[in-house]
Amino acid sequence: MLKKLNEDAGHKDIPGIRIADADFPAPFRSGLEYSSPARGTWNIVHTGMLIPEAHEIYVCGAGCLRGVVLTAAEMGTMDRFSTVAIRENNLLDGDMEDLIIEGVSDILGKLPKRPPAVLVYTSCIHHFTGTDLDVVYDRLAERFPDVDFIDCYMNPIMRKSGLTPDQLMRSRLYMLLHERPQSDNAVAIIGNDLPTLEDSDLMRLLRASGLRIHEITSCRTYEEYQEMAESVLYISYNPDAAPGGDMLSERLGGRHHFMKLSFDMDEIDEEFDRLAEVIAEKCFSEKEGAEEKLIEALSVIRSEGRNEVSDAVSETLGLIGDTPVVIDYTYCPRPLGLARMLLDNGFNVTKVYADSLPAADRPSYEYLRENYPDLMIHPTVHASMRFASTENSISDAEEAASGCRVLAIGQKAAYFENTDHFVNVVEGGGMIGYNAITGVLRLMREAYNTEKPMKELVQIKGLGCEVCVR
Amino acid sequence: MKQTASVISTYSADVMGVCSALYELGGMTVMHDASGCNSTYTTHDEPRWFDMDSMVYISGLSEMEAIMGDDDKLIEDICEAASDLHPKFIALAGSPVSAMTGFDYEAVAGVIESRTGIPALGFPTTGMNTYIHGASMALEGIVSRFIDDPSDEWIEEKLHTVRTSDEEVPYRVNLLGLTPLDFSVNSTVDSLTKWLEDRGFEVGARLAMGSSLEEIGRASESEVNLIVSAAGLGAARMMYRKFAIPGVIGLPVGAKQSDLLEDALRRTASEYRTFRTSGEVFERSGLTRIKIHPNDLDPARDEELVAVIGEGITSLSVANAIRFETGRRTRVLCATECPDNILRPWDCMTPDEDDIVPKLSDATVVIADPLYKPICPPHAKFIELPHEAFSGRIYRKDIPDLIRDFDSWTEANGIRL
Repeated sequence: MLKKLNEDAGHKDIPGIRIADADFPAPFRSGLEYSSPARGTWNIVHTGMLIPEAHEIYVCGAGCLRGVVLTAAEMGTMDRFSTVAIRENNLLDGDMEDLIIEGVSDILGKLPKRPPAVLVYTSCIHHFTGTDLDVVYDRLAERFPDVDFIDCYMNPIMRKSGLTPDQLMRSRLYMLLHERPQSDNAVAIIGNDLPTLEDSDLMRLLRASGLRIHEITSCRTYEEYQEMAESVLYISYNPDAAPGGDMLSERLGGRHHFMKLSFDMDEIDEEFDRLAEVIAEKCFSEKEGAEEKLIEALSVIRSEGRNEVSDAVSETLGLIGDTPVVIDYTYCPRPLGLARMLLDNGFNVTKVYADSLPAADRPSYEYLRENYPDLMIHPTVHASMRFASTENSISDAEEAASGCRVLAIGQKAAYFENTDHFVNVVEGGGMIGYNAITGVLRLMREAYNTEKPMKELVQIKGLGCEVCVR
Repeated sequence: MKQTASVISTYSADVMGVCSALYELGGMTVMHDASGCNSTYTTHDEPRWFDMDSMVYISGLSEMEAIMGDDDKLIEDICEAASDLHPKFIALAGSPVSAMTGFDYEAVAGVIESRTGIPALGFPTTGMNTYIHGASMALEGIVSRFIDDPSDEWIEEKLHTVRTSDEEVPYRVNLLGLTPLDFSVNSTVDSLTKWLEDRGFEVGARLAMGSSLEEIGRASESEVNLIVSAAGLGAARMMYRKFAIPGVIGLPVGAKQSDLLEDALRRTASEYRTFRTSGEVFERSGLTRIKIHPNDLDPARDEELVAVIGEGITSLSVANAIRFETGRRTRVLCATECPDNILRPWDCMTPDEDDIVPKLSDATVVIADPLYKPICPPHAKFIELPHEAFSGRIYRKDIPDLIRDFDSWTEANGIRL
């Protein structure tokens, strides 16, 4: 439990609103922001490290460097990470371009081996001082013709203007791909931090179709990464990856197909039908019998998937009964869709923690307002959320006696609810298709049966980022 | 100067130093920045975040607010949160963008204070200096704003006790410059307290770990300040300016240094007590300098050179202790801010990787945070001394309590001759 430093401090009520009363997409007024200790989501350092052998260089003030350098240190990639510190005099001297060019050059001169690619992250300061980044990258390319440079950004000041930092970073991941002949036998799954699970329905379908599958999470070398460019089709299912997919399509000429990660079986069927159509068009136009094979695989996935979901729902509901279930937005991009699926199947979902409601979740929002109007939406960054964990805490003895008093899906929900019974997954965990439903139900059963050391686990940055350490 | 770090970490920044210094005092600290500073601070710089409910927030500055100079949004947000959460004070610290837009911290703090009735302080940090700069500024602000002269009754009683007591009345000592960035959350602060008590001192306020704002408000009842990190120097200057209370700089690391430090504290406190009890104004001039305990003056007993990299006062104290206890030559490489006349003539200020590397060429032993190891010469023995302000939480469990365990630490690391 949190130690109280000021007996007078604290909000009497944890902020929250019934979904029936919540505005879309912003149910809460923005104000001072609190940062919970749950840290499993990835940041731009983790994501950039997905490019094998690439080196990251950040150019910013010490305060901004601090978080990224220690992200790299904690994930064991300091040999692929460097910094250039901006000092107060640089603001006055107007030498930002020189600072970047000379700083990056100095670092590349010191590295024991020249990296094939360098991600240079500039910051809010460069945006506000009007730094000429074109000149910077032109000079760097002249000095280091053997290195691929890509402009990356750590400019959170721009998070409400244009692409979000997350969307921007995911788009940069594929900007280093060089054009090469495309193969209609190759597809790329793009924009994910975590690998798509081999037993997910997407992978099953692609494998059954005999396609060569590229995903950045499985590339071990820069050359393997470059092989992604042979893909004729780029599939994304994280909404924040979609802008990058479009950019890639425009640049290399393959087709970008975005499929929704869904917890609704009818919608899953629709999404897989659409994907099958695109695969047939892009990959199988000249392959006899391939389309039939694809349709057959889809049919098997569908019938097996529906049966497995039915069994998993019965088993899970039988186990956890009316135990309150709470969800947070870090678990997956469509937390309301997940809540809807669980509520429709008889689970006692009581709260969703989300500061804003994702556009992709609009249909679920309308549905839940109509059918489950008392479902509560709680913010995670509201200033009063500082005290939510304390408000929701109980003694260790009570905790032990109560068993699973609340089951959390997602790290922030676990933290705010003060529970060790939680599903420790971010960003959907690489599950898509029916597998996204059976997967979460399996993880819920595990969480119900087995406590996890929440305090230790949620504070680890970038859950699953070991995939970047090569 | 390239200002590069090809392979090492960077120190916590000034804005985080403000938050860390004020953390336990029951106030609300707001970083005026877009995003990122808050999670960086709470993840890497603040080991108390999960266990102590301090109110540290970020303003969430947006591009349009910065361009349009929309300070009203910030003021309204702070006033609203303060109305809900009842902080004892409000502190506002800045980031690179707010520094660039010329945000007036003191003026905005004034507006907030007049609207809420809650004391408010503005700290013009830029996110481009180290934590020492911010923490020092914050602790100075606390002294300036929340510490007043002792009450007349207290002074009368104290004078009476000093004059009539048959036994020596213990001197009271404040500890200035305590933050987890330099002292982590192991037993070090307790060991400092115990060391003072074992040497016959009373412990006054501890700025700012382990004392409430109310306890700190009585810091002027003390007779000397022990400045344990450069983060305490701003507060020390203000304590002298407001109350003429002098300070001694250093950490009781190692037996000989501890004795010298005790002696310096006792002599300094005695001077102050004389001044306070006699009321002679001329005595005050004798207290204008902050006293530094004896340095590395004994002749070296061997040719080895031990380089210590880190915060100025901790590194100086470790270096002195090694010199006193083993006779080895030592050199401090201070990578954070440290005012003039604290380090020894042969020590160096080394803010960048490029400054450090040449200074290590003749070192036979390097004592530093583990994240410095990649730039240390292979011929030198590397001894890990993790520092929260550099490596954050990564090596927290390995941070030693050098006040209590210096002898065993030197022995375990083969520093003793």
